[in-house]
Amino acid sequence: MDWELARDAFWPILSGGLTGTIPLTFVSFAIGLVIAVIVALLRLSPNVVLAGIGTAYVSVIRGTPLLVQLFIVFYGLPNLGVVVDPWPSAIIAFSLNVGGYAAEIVRAAILSVPRGQWEAGYTIGMGTARTLRRIVLPQAARVSVPPLSNTFISLVKDTSLASTILVTEQFRKAQEIAASNTDQFMLLYLEAALIYWIFCTVLAAGQSAIEKRLDRYVAH
Amino acid sequence: MSPTDGTVAGPGEPGDVLEPGYESRPGTPLLTVRGLHKSFGDNHVLRGIDLDVRRGSVTALIGPSGSGKTTLLRSLNGLAMPDAGTITAAPSPAPDGDAHGDVARPGRRDPLVLDFSRKVTKQQRFALRDRSAMVFQLHNLFPHRTVLQNVIEGPVQVRRVPRAEAVSRATALLERVGLAEKCDAYPHELSGGQQQRVGIVRALALRPELLLFDEPTSALDPELVGEVLAVMKELADEGWTMVVVTHELQFARAVADEVLFLDGGVVVERGVPERLFRDPREERTRRFLHRLLHPIE
Repeated sequence: MDWELARDAFWPILSGGLTGTIPLTFVSFAIGLVIAVIVALLRLSPNVVLAGIGTAYVSVIRGTPLLVQLFIVFYGLPNLGVVVDPWPSAIIAFSLNVGGYAAEIVRAAILSVPRGQWEAGYTIGMGTARTLRRIVLPQAARVSVPPLSNTFISLVKDTSLASTILVTEQFRKAQEIAASNTDQFMLLYLEAALIYWIFCTVLAAGQSAIEKRLDRYVAH
Repeated sequence: MSPTDGTVAGPGEPGDVLEPGYESRPGTPLLTVRGLHKSFGDNHVLRGIDLDVRRGSVTALIGPSGSGKTTLLRSLNGLAMPDAGTITAAPSPAPDGDAHGDVARPGRRDPLVLDFSRKVTKQQRFALRDRSAMVFQLHNLFPHRTVLQNVIEGPVQVRRVPRAEAVSRATALLERVGLAEKCDAYPHELSGGQQQRVGIVRALALRPELLLFDEPTSALDPELVGEVLAVMKELADEGWTMVVVTHELQFARAVADEVLFLDGGVVVERGVPERLFRDPREERTRRFLHRLLHPIE
C-alpha cells in the first residue's frame, strides 16, 4: 500500500465530490422532485390523455438504463444538432431519471392522504390546487421522506456515471489519478468508495433529522 | 309542511323584491331543496328529496345506513353533486356588526339557484359551499396544523381575513368551547371530543349561514358524546341554522325543530320530533325507531 499516494489523492478525490458529486446530486434531485410532482399529478389526473403521458414517462424512465439515458442526452442529441455540455447533460439526465422514480413515490404518498382531508379543504372553501398545496402535499411529504431518501442516496452514487460523459466529479478524479498510478487501482478506488460512503452516511443522518422534524404532528 | 310538487316557490328567489331585513328573519327559507336525485353507478341513493331549511331551525336527518341522509347533507355543501333536482339559496344581508363570531352573522350573499339537471358551474358550487360549513364524522382536522392553524386556515387563506383578526376570532371561539389553552396543540394530542369541538369551531370560523353535521358523535367514545352534543345544543339555542345527520334520537328530540326519516333514498316521513317519535305514521319509521330504541330485542 502506498500510503503517501493515498494521502495525496484524498483531497483531490474529496474535492471532486464536493464540487462535482454533491452539487450534481442536489441540483438534479431538486429539479427531479419538481418533475416528480408534475408527473404524479398527471398520473392522478382524471383526464386519460394526461394520465397516459404520466404513465408513459414513468415507464420509459424506469425501463431504460440510466447510463443509456446519459449517453442519449450527451452523445445522442448532438446528432440532432443539439449540443449540450457535460454538466447540463448530466443534470438533465439525472433530473429526468429522478423524476420518473420519485413520481411513483409522490403519487403513492398523495394517495395515502385520506379522502376526508381533501373534503375538509373543499369545505372550508379551497379549490383543488390550494387543497393540494396546503393540505395534501404537506402530509404526503411526511410519508414520502423515507422512500425519497432512498432515491436521493441512490442518486449520490449514480452521479459517478457522469464520469462517462466527461464531468469531473469524484469518481472521474479518482480515475484520473489512477491513470498515472496503474499499480494502485485497488487503493484509489477503495478510497473513492470510502468517500462515497462517508457522504451517504452524513446524508442519511440528514434524513433522520428531517423525519424527526416532520414527526411533530404524528401520533406515536 | 310537505312540499312535493317539485317546484321552487316562495321568497328568496332571484328577482324577488323583499322588504329590508326580511331575509335574515328567523323562519324564512334559507335553503330549498326540490326533487334531488343522485346515483353512484347502479346505486340510486337519492330518489327525489325535498327539504326546506328555515333560518334558525334545526333539522335532524335520521335513517338506516345507506338511506341517503349523508349524501343529502353532502349535496348541501357541494361535496356530492346530484344528478337532478334543484337547490335554491335565499339572498342574505350584510352583517350588521362584527361581534367575534358569537352569533351567526354571515356576510352579504346573493341568491343562488342550482339546477343539477343542467350544468352546474364551479362558481355555483363554490357559492353554495360558501353558505354552509361541514362538521365531519371523523372530524378531518388537518393533522399537520395546530388547533389554531386549523381554525384560521379557511378565513385567512380563502376569505382573506387579516391574520390578526382571524386569530382573535378563532381564539374567542375556542374559548367558548373550552379549548382556549389547546390553541398550539396538534390534533393528535386532543381527545376525540376535543377534536370534534375543534371541528365545530373550524366550521364556525367560516361564519356560515348553515351548519352541517355528519354524524358528529358516531365515532366518539360514549363518554365523550355529551360534550359535543352540549356544544351543538348551545349553537341551536343561539339561533344557528343546522342540519344534523344523527343517530342520537334524544338529541334530535330535544333540539330539532323538524325530523326527516329517510329510507331507500326518499323521505319516508317528516315532522316535529315530538310527534314523529311518539306517533310515527309510517310502518318503516316505526320499525326503525323501535330497532334503535331496543337494539337487542
